[in-house]
Amino acid sequence: MSLRAPLLALLLLLTAPAMAAIGDPAEQLRDPAQEERARAIGRELRCMVCQNQSIEDSDADLARDLRRIVREQVAAGRSDSEVMRFLHDRYGDFVLLRPPFKLATALLWGAPVVALGGGLLLILAMRRRAAATAPPEALSAAEQARLEARLKDRPSA
Amino acid sequence: MSATGQAPIAAPRNPWRRRLLLLAPLGVAAGAGVGFLAMLRGMGTGSYNPRGVPSALIGKAPPDFALPPLEGADRPALSAADLRGAARPVLVNFFASWCMPCVIEHPQLMQLSRAGVPVFGIAYKDKPDDSQNFLRRHGNPYARLGVDQPGRVAIDWGLYGVPETYLIDKEGIIRWRWAGPLTEDTLRAELQPLLRRYA
Repeated sequence: MSLRAPLLALLLLLTAPAMAAIGDPAEQLRDPAQEERARAIGRELRCMVCQNQSIEDSDADLARDLRRIVREQVAAGRSDSEVMRFLHDRYGDFVLLRPPFKLATALLWGAPVVALGGGLLLILAMRRRAAATAPPEALSAAEQARLEARLKDRPSA
Repeated sequence: MSATGQAPIAAPRNPWRRRLLLLAPLGVAAGAGVGFLAMLRGMGTGSYNPRGVPSALIGKAPPDFALPPLEGADRPALSAADLRGAARPVLVNFFASWCMPCVIEHPQLMQLSRAGVPVFGIAYKDKPDDSQNFLRRHGNPYARLGVDQPGRVAIDWGLYGVPETYLIDKEGIIRWRWAGPLTEDTLRAELQPLLRRYA
């Protein structure tokens, strides 16, 4: 316990230059492991302005602010899920590029399963129908002989 | 192939079923058309926004915050305490002088303010001088004004652009969020009924 406060102070001191660089493209944390974690978190978060990019990929002002918040919290020793919860509390499911499965998102997650299942059922039904209308039986020996006789009778072209 | 001994020609199926099946794509297309038209109409009146994102704060109390006042605007500052237990529902409006839709919605805010609705403003990522000029030019509808230059309080509100407007009821609960400019239509179709309901 007694060690924690000075350690945290040291940590904050170390990350202070990174904080100052915010707004530049070089807004990364000093500690590469922490930076990697921050990036991994950022890649899971949607940029609310551009909507189809993660905050790591986006140039939007808000995305930069959110990147900064993620890095601050990572530097302060918050866990990945704590950082995610912080943003989820404010921006809702939409901020998560992989939204949680619940009633409101059931259709979203279920749609591929439904589509796949429907397609399989369709294929099955079509195959059954094809089997039901199978090609007629092969000719019997007598029929084959008659056919050949007819063909032989035909004047050759 | 298996010799089933069935007639080589498939038994004629119910002709009605077949006709219905032919009509099915038409029905789907008609349904999609109606839906699309409704969407277009909604986009026209502003009641439907395809990029709209529901606020995560609906039904919750606003985040705790205390913002400094806008110097020289002659309005008190804004903090979370001002949103609790008001005598009537209040609006919190995020705006910026650099934001074009804010200019569009400003007359509506003036109108609400004249009608006695408490409108509180938060200047988002704006230089105080610019906010001042903006309000001098277009009028100041805000009963209270907070300055959020770093935009951190806005993130606590889940703001993703300006303007955004929040309705807070008398119990201090966020009931409604409008992302984008408030238009005459928005006022009539959305806000006025809510103001009456939570009055």
